[in-house]
This record gives sequence, structure tokens and C-alpha cells, in this order.
Amino acid sequence: MSKASETIDSFVNREYSYGFVTDVEQDSAPPGLNEDIIRFISKKKEEPDFMVDWRLRAYRYWRTLEVPTWAKVYFPPIDFQSIVYYSAPKQRGEGPQSLDDVDPKLLETYEKLGIPLKEQERLAGVAVDAVFDSVSVGTTFQDKLAEQGIIFCSISEALQNHPELVEKYIGTVVPYTDNFFASLNSAVFTDGSFCYIPKGVKCPMELSTYFRINAANTGQFERTLIVAEEGSSVSYLEGCTAPQRDENQLHAAVVELLALDDAQIKYSTVQNWYPGDEEGKGGIYNFVTKRGLCKGRNSKISWTQVETGSAITWKYPSCVLVGDNSVGEFYSVALTNKYQQADTGTKMTHIGKNTRSTVVSKGISAGHGQNSYRGLVKFNKNADNARNFSQCDSLLIGDQSGAHTFPYIEGRNPTTSVEHEATTSKIGEDQIFYCNQRGISTQDAVNMIVNGYCKEVFQQLPMEFAVEAQKLLGVSLEGSVG
Amino acid sequence: MSEITQEQVTQQSDPYLSRFEALEKEGERGGPSWVFPIRKAGISRFAELGFPTIKHEDWRFTNIRPITELPFLPVLEPSRETISEAALNRFAFAGLEAHRLVFVDGFLAPDLCQIESLPEGAIVGSLAEQLKKESKEVKDHFAGQINGEENAFTALNTAFFQDGAFIYLPKGTVMEKPIHLLFISTGSERGMTTHPRNLIIAEPHSELKLVESYAGLNDIPYLTNAVTESVIADEAHVEHCKLQNEPGEAFHMASLYSHQGRSSRFHFHPIAMGAHISRNTIRTTLDGEGLECVLNGLYLTYGKQLADNYMTVDHAKPHGESHEYFNGVMDEKSHGVFHGRILVRPHSQKTDAKQTNKNILLSGNAVVNAKPQLEIYADDVKCTHGATCGQLSDDAIFYLRARGLNYPTARRMLTHAFAGEIVERIRMDTVREELDRLVWDRLEQMPRLAQTAE
Amino acid sequence: MLEIKDLKAGVEGTSILEGVNLSVKAGEVHAIMGPNGSGKSTLAQILAGRDGYEVTGGSATFEGKDLLELEPDERAKEGLFLAFQYPVEIPGVNSSYFLKAALNEVRKHRGEPEMDAVEFLQFVKEKMKLLDLREDFLKRPVNEGFSGGEKKRNEIFQMAVLQPKLAILDETDSGLDIDALKVVSSGVNRLKSQDNAQLIITHYQRLLNYIVPDYVHVLYQGQIIRSGGKDLALELEEKGYDWINEERSQPA
Repeated sequence: MSKASETIDSFVNREYSYGFVTDVEQDSAPPGLNEDIIRFISKKKEEPDFMVDWRLRAYRYWRTLEVPTWAKVYFPPIDFQSIVYYSAPKQRGEGPQSLDDVDPKLLETYEKLGIPLKEQERLAGVAVDAVFDSVSVGTTFQDKLAEQGIIFCSISEALQNHPELVEKYIGTVVPYTDNFFASLNSAVFTDGSFCYIPKGVKCPMELSTYFRINAANTGQFERTLIVAEEGSSVSYLEGCTAPQRDENQLHAAVVELLALDDAQIKYSTVQNWYPGDEEGKGGIYNFVTKRGLCKGRNSKISWTQVETGSAITWKYPSCVLVGDNSVGEFYSVALTNKYQQADTGTKMTHIGKNTRSTVVSKGISAGHGQNSYRGLVKFNKNADNARNFSQCDSLLIGDQSGAHTFPYIEGRNPTTSVEHEATTSKIGEDQIFYCNQRGISTQDAVNMIVNGYCKEVFQQLPMEFAVEAQKLLGVSLEGSVG
Repeated sequence: MSEITQEQVTQQSDPYLSRFEALEKEGERGGPSWVFPIRKAGISRFAELGFPTIKHEDWRFTNIRPITELPFLPVLEPSRETISEAALNRFAFAGLEAHRLVFVDGFLAPDLCQIESLPEGAIVGSLAEQLKKESKEVKDHFAGQINGEENAFTALNTAFFQDGAFIYLPKGTVMEKPIHLLFISTGSERGMTTHPRNLIIAEPHSELKLVESYAGLNDIPYLTNAVTESVIADEAHVEHCKLQNEPGEAFHMASLYSHQGRSSRFHFHPIAMGAHISRNTIRTTLDGEGLECVLNGLYLTYGKQLADNYMTVDHAKPHGESHEYFNGVMDEKSHGVFHGRILVRPHSQKTDAKQTNKNILLSGNAVVNAKPQLEIYADDVKCTHGATCGQLSDDAIFYLRARGLNYPTARRMLTHAFAGEIVERIRMDTVREELDRLVWDRLEQMPRLAQTAE
Repeated sequence: MLEIKDLKAGVEGTSILEGVNLSVKAGEVHAIMGPNGSGKSTLAQILAGRDGYEVTGGSATFEGKDLLELEPDERAKEGLFLAFQYPVEIPGVNSSYFLKAALNEVRKHRGEPEMDAVEFLQFVKEKMKLLDLREDFLKRPVNEGFSGGEKKRNEIFQMAVLQPKLAILDETDSGLDIDALKVVSSGVNRLKSQDNAQLIITHYQRLLNYIVPDYVHVLYQGQIIRSGGKDLALELEEKGYDWINEERSQPA
């Protein structure tokens, strides 16, 4: 084996550094799923009636569905009756009034994850909603945002303080009938974030949710809803980690974005759920439905994702471009190593005139990882002059991995144009040697090349996340020069 | 994948099974005894699979309901209708300088064939006859590539086929003249189904030029369900052009299975112009180093036509090169489908695979579905695919108009050039020239292109 | 500085170098000439530490260190520079980032402080003038979309930045038109000093009109069969490689 491949191996076999468990007392529902559990969850969260009714409708519909099998991922059947659908750190007394009252153990957890929540240590310019298992433990900068009429809180809080907004928008982008996992989520979702940006407001800071799975045998089902009113804009970040456990854990989230006339939403994800060990044992099953509706004219929704974790990733952040001149974007880096499997991509549905979409997907397969891009670009009959450009590249590291591309293109309008390009390549030994000859070690060379390969996507991330993402890939941040 | 219940399968395939039982009793029709178990395997496979529905991933854009709704009338004996030699002239390639086999309703029509002196050892003739001779080549290769095949139509062909072409080129044989296989359906009855079955064997270092064309006499809903198996041995070169020009009400399902050896070369040009619903399934196994496989197809549709192109290119050995080029032009309410899959197996290092699918929609009611796929399990490969769908380039149209051409003329010219990209890759000069004319005429029939005003 | 003794090497069992001897001292410029397939590029690749070649005998020391024992990046940090015949493209990695990383590796190794972004920028801008490179050059990905001439100029530019002790120029003249050749060679000449050395590998004498060597060696079938002054190159140009071959095959 050449030196280059040895270092590639060590690159591939980095340790998961977020695998610790926080020892807190949990308040949990018994495992299993039935209507009582759903009522229990809804009651725990003191939800309005419409919500429990909606959940039950979703549950009844879900029972008629079967686990989808079309994705190129393989896993043993999931026993949905053995999962705990609600688990929260036990509250002491009345529950925290402010973030500084939150259980120090929880604050410490987020600190360890690099997300300080305490007033004096908060990240400047980023408002954070921290979700721990089934509940939000707190949201920073709420007051400051409220000054401009921006609502940023957990969805549970929103259900109590702004039920009319939740009722108006929930399920309008991803109905509970959408797919198996979205139905399940609709029935049992426990928390998540809610953002509402009023007309004409440019959100002055990054909004961010940090999801942490802690409890064992627990599923996490968060639901995020972002509404950007006419002429508003927001940039939202999402991060996730979980402890290292031998069992697989299920994460089935739903994210709905709605952009009205001239509104812009930028949604970024750095997904680093526990991927499982060297032998493919354990890890999170990540089945996520994310969709953005560009309802208004000239609206824009942009998805950026860096997917490095999870044993299985099944995720297609999509854009429905209804408003004329609306724009959808999808930028993705997906890394699979060890025995990870990812089947991810996007759907761009062009309905309005002059709609534009861009898809840039960078897959990296290492170890025994299997990485698939699956995407749909669809032009409806009235989507005059709509355009799409898609670029799907795969990088293979080592000869045990696989890289697959499954694009679907559907055209129904003669004035549209779609261009799809895909390439598959590997890190060239000659590239590594060239770097070596200039004094750069093989490890650094690999990082540099992988980083260069992912650059188009990293550039889309807000600065804080770009750093995190590059670290995640074992890549040092590319210089401040040039 | 398929979500058809067993019950549905049985319901659907019932007339097919009972027809097969009848065939079984007829003995003679089933051909020589060694073939019968193969037929039987075919009908069981068909019963197992059932006809695909759009819930089946491989068929999600092609609804074959109009076919399954037809009565099933397999042609099991030669037609009484005779075609005069002069009447052949109406068909494409009839004037081509070639060795010619003519099949009427799936049976060889010896009077119409024209086979001149063949190189020593070469065989160009009826497959039914060869099956009776039980030669080693036939026994080795017949139905050799369809194991585990998911396509129900292939299974149906295996159960009911009667005849087709057998071509055998011994080692080192170079066929200078092309071989033309002309399949004519009389279309005497609604639901009439022929099952042409071809077996082509090109031994090492041989060279074959082949033209396969399909046409019909009556424009009624009949089905041609053809299967061709090609065995292309080490260093053999095969160029194969297939023209599907069935009448507008007819259905055409064809599958090609090819197996290539080391340093062989296979160029296949499927051109689809006719039929109400047509599908060309191609599965090539690239089973040797240093080989080259080019699949170069064109589909031109209008009216309510649907043309489906489905292919799997299986890189089973290192250092293989494959290219797929498919262009489609769709007018009116027609529908084009492209499904290309490149599979690079583990250890097939240094594979160089390219896939391009380009589509032009001429009308607001036309639809195209493209699904170019890469499935790669080896790390040192060069694989790319590209697909485009849209209209002619505005820049090009503008350029031509700036030179004084009106819009319809510019559009016609560019569409012709777009189709010409595919036609130009055909190396057989006479075939290319004739096809170029056919494509031109066909494009002239496209309502949108025939318009003289914008 | 560089001592090569009886170096034998090959690839996958095929022998390419069959006992090469060469000694290069500081301040000297050596040219190695030879027909295609004589082993010139192999020698350069082996000195730089390319994987895939098998050294079957002999030795190569650089500043007293066993060169063959060092990893490719260690050789580079010691001050051995190879200007590639075919510089590879590295998509997405911008030139300035790449070069800064390389320079700081070399500086760290020499015990010099690393340069920050501002210092680095000032430093390279000076060097860019030397090779007549445009400003936007630093922002482009390494070698990606460069013309043949740009790639070669980039190699010499990197040499100017990294300031190696020994620079090996592998067929740097190939694919250059006359103007580019002049720019490249004047760059190389200005980098020459009493403390460094250059090993020019070339097929043709053309480059040696611009970079004048102190010594010329002829590599043929894996051995240096003749050495001499700069006139040897002219003689070769006039008479061709066959001349040496014929002369050699005649009994002495």
C-alpha cells in the first residue's frame, strides 16, 4: 500500500468526538406507539386541540403506509413499537424561567459541543435554539429578535404563544400524507424550531438550532417551520450530534419552509449524527423530509447541507417553485465512510414562469461507504423559460466504497432547459505527489484536495458553519488569502 | 419493487398461460425437445413477473396498459398472406446492397430472402432451423443471457417465439456486405403478436455489419415483441443498426442482450420512429478488457407516441470504454423516455464511461423523462453523464436568422442537425445515407416543424 | 550537494537506470540530455521520490543525507525541487493557499517563522513579476485551466517562492513557444546563486541557449555515457544522438 493510501485510511478512520452521554434524569414515555402515546405527548406539551387532532389523523394515515424501499440503503426492519417516542430531561419544579436556570449538566453538554448558551458566552450574531432529545432546553437572543417582530422559539412554545400561526402553516408544505416518515413525524413530533419573519424584515442574525439525541432507544422527531413574509429574509443553521451507542436510533424530522413574495430563506445543515463504528454497528438512521415552498414571486430558498454523520441518511431537501421568477438552490456535501450509507439529493419542481434552480452535489465515498445522489428536476407545463443546472460529482477514496447517481429529469414545457452533469473520480496519486514535492504532507494534501473538491458548497455556508464543516471533514480552513 | 399483487398477476397473465398450455399440447410448434424446457422457464418467469405497471421503477414512465388490454394472439404459424418481392420496395433499406433475410409475422419468408455467397463457415438463416440442428454454438448461446432478467416481455418471447435470424461468423470472418434483417408484420388482426428471436454470434476477430428493421402492412394495434442475443467474442467488431418504423397504432417491445469479449467493439444504433408505444431495452455485458461499446440512439415522436429507451451497461472487467449518446425530438402530445444505467463493478478499474442524453420538446404538450444513472463500485474510473432537455439554442437560431433564414427554417435546420449528431456516428456509409433521408423525411412530418410560420 | 552513485532502478521488473553516477555541487548548473526513453524523467522522478519506481542498487545523497530514505515531502523541505514535465491540476485549491502552505512547511523546516497572509502576499508579488504573471493568477486553482505555458511558468514561479537548494527542471522547455521559453529561462537564471544548483533535463539543446550549463551529460539506455562542457550540447544538436551511439559501439 502506498503512503498516500495509508494516510487516506487514517483520514477515513477518524474518531467520532461527540459520542459522550449526558447523565440526566429522563422523563420518558413507555416504548411503543398508539393513540394514547400521541395524546400523552400532546398533553405533555399542553398543546391546543387542533394539534392533537392533526397528530391523530397523521397517525391513522401512517398506519396504512409501508416503509419505502426505493432508496439505495439497506437496513433491518425497524420495530416501531420498541422505540421511545418521548424523552425529556426531568424538570425540577416549575421549569427554567431563563436559560441561566437550565440544568447545568445540559448547559455543560452544549458547551462541550461548542455551543455555549449562557448569556455571557453566547456566540455573537447567532441565536440558538437547543433541542435535547424531545424538548427545547432554551433559545438565546429571543428578546432582541422580538424587537423586530421576529418570532424564534421552539415549536412547543409557538403552539402555546402563537397557535394561530402554527395552525395556519403547519403541514402546508409537507402534508402529513407526504411519505411514511413525514406521517410518522406528524403524529409524534416532540419539538423543533419555529421562525416567523414579518413583512420586510431582514433578520439581523443567524438563527440556529442544535439538535442533540442523548437518551437510549429514543427516536428524535423534530419539526421545524420557517415562514418568511413578503420581502423578508433569514439565514438558518442546523447542527446535530448524538452519543455513541451500539443500537441504531431513529431520527425522522420534518422541515417546512415557506417564502412569500420577494422573501429569501437560506437553510444550512451540518449533520453529524453518530455514524456507527468501524464494523457498522450502531449509528443513527436519519430519515428526513425537508421541503421549501417558494410561494411568492421572486422568492428564493437555498439549501446547503454537509452530511457527515448517520449510519443511514435518507434526505431530499426540495424546492417547489410556484412563484414566478422564484429560485431554488441545493448545495450538498455528503461523506460516507466506514459502513455508512447515504441516499440524498433534491427535488426541484418548477411550476412558475422563469423559475431557476441550481443543484451542486459533492459525494465522497470512503471505507465501505455507499453514497447515492438521487434527484428530480421537473418542469411543469406552465413553467415557461424555467432553467435548471445540476452538477453531481463523486469522489471515491479506496476501492471498497461505492458512488451512485440517480437523477430524474422530467420536462413538459418546450421553453425550459435543464443541464445535468455528473462525474466520478478519485484522488489522484499524482496530485498527492505534486503536493508532496512542494513540501506538503500526504495528510495535508488529502485534506486540501477534498476541501478544494467541496469548495463550491462550503462557500455557501455562513462563516461559523464553514469552519465547522471543514473541521468535520478533517480539512483545515482554506487560507484567508485570495 | 413492483407492487402488483399475486392475484393481479394471475388475472393479467391468464390468457398467456392458457395459450402456453395449448402450445405445449401442439408439440411440433414448440420446436425441438431441448428448447421446450427453456420455453417453460420463460412462461414461469413471465407468470412470476407479470406485466409491469408504472409502480415498477423500471417502467414508471411507460404505461403499457394499452398492450395488456389487447387480446393476446400470438402468431404460431406462417402467414398465408404473400408479399411480392416488388412490394418490399416500400420498406426502408429494401434497396440496400446487402444479404437480406425477410421475416413475415415472425417467420422466415425464403422467397423474399437474398443471400449471396457467404464467407466459408458463415451462417445467415433461420433460427428455428438451427435449433433443430442442435449445433454446439446454438446450444451454448441460445437464451444464455436472459437468466434473472426482470423484463416480462423477454420471458414472454422465450415462451412463444417461433423464428428469427441466426447469424454465425466463424473466427476471423469479415463480412464486407451488411446483413439486413427485415421484419414485416401483416397486422391482420388486432392483438396479433409476433415474437421474433435473433441469435448473433461473432467469433474472435470477425467483423459484422448488421441492419435490423421493423415495419408493418396494416395500421392496427398489433405487438412486435422481439429479443436479440448477441455474442461478440474477443477482438470481434460488430456494428448494428436497428430501425423501428412500425405503423402508428402498433406496439413495439424489443430487447437486446449483448455480451462482449476482450478488445471487442460493438456499435449499436437504435432508431425509433414508429409505433404507438415502443421500448428498446438494451443490456450489454462488457466482459473483457480493452473493449469498446457505443450505444447511439435517436427517437423521434409525435402524435400520442411514446418511445422508451432503457439500457444497462455493465462494466464487468477493467479497462472498458463505453459511450451512450441518445437524442430525442418530441412533438405534439408525444412522450420520450430515457433510462440509462452505467454499472461499474468492483475491480473494473480504469473504466471510461460516458453517457449523454439530449432532448428537444417542440410542443407544450410533449413530455420527456430522463433518468441517467451511474452506479460505481470501483475507485479508479472516469465516469460522466449529462442530460439536457429543452429547446434549440436561442443563439443558434438567432445566428441563422441574422443570416437571413426565417424562424421555421432555422428551427428545422437545427433540429435536423440535432438528429444528425446521432446519424453521423453510423459508419456503414450506405446505411447512414439512407437513414439520413428517413430522418429528414420524418422530421418534415413533425407538425411543429412543418409549420412555415412562427 | 547531490551525489548519485551507481544508481539502478526500474519499474515493475523492467530496468530503466543501469548505474547512473552524477555529482552536483553548489553554484553549478548541470544539463542531462538524452533521447526519449533514455531514463531522464525516471531519474528526476526517483530523485523526487515518486511511488512506483524500484531502486535496485546504488545510492543518492543530498547534502550528506540518504535521499532515497526520505519521504517526498521531506525531500522538498530539505530543498529539493522538481519542476514537473506535466504539472497536475488540483481543482478547487487556489494557488495562493497552496503555495503559502508549501512555503510555510519549508520555512518551519528551516527553523524560520511562518509567514502570515500579508507578508506572504508581499513576498509572492515580487516573485510574480519575475515570471510576468498576472495578479489574478493567485486566485485560480492550482494549474486548473492553465495553458501549457502557464503551467510551466507556474512551476518556475513556485521555485522562486520556495527557493530550493537544488532545482530539477524536467523538460521545462517542452511545449513552450519562444517567448515563453525566454521568460521561463530568464526566471531560472535570476534564481541562480552560489548557494544553489540546477539540474536541467532536456531532450533538445534549444533551452541551453538560454540557460547555459556548466556541465552536460548524455544519458543513454540508463547510463551517463558521456559528460562534457556546454559545447557537448551543441555537438549533440548538430550530430544527433546516433552519433554518440555509433561512436560508442566502435571498439575503443
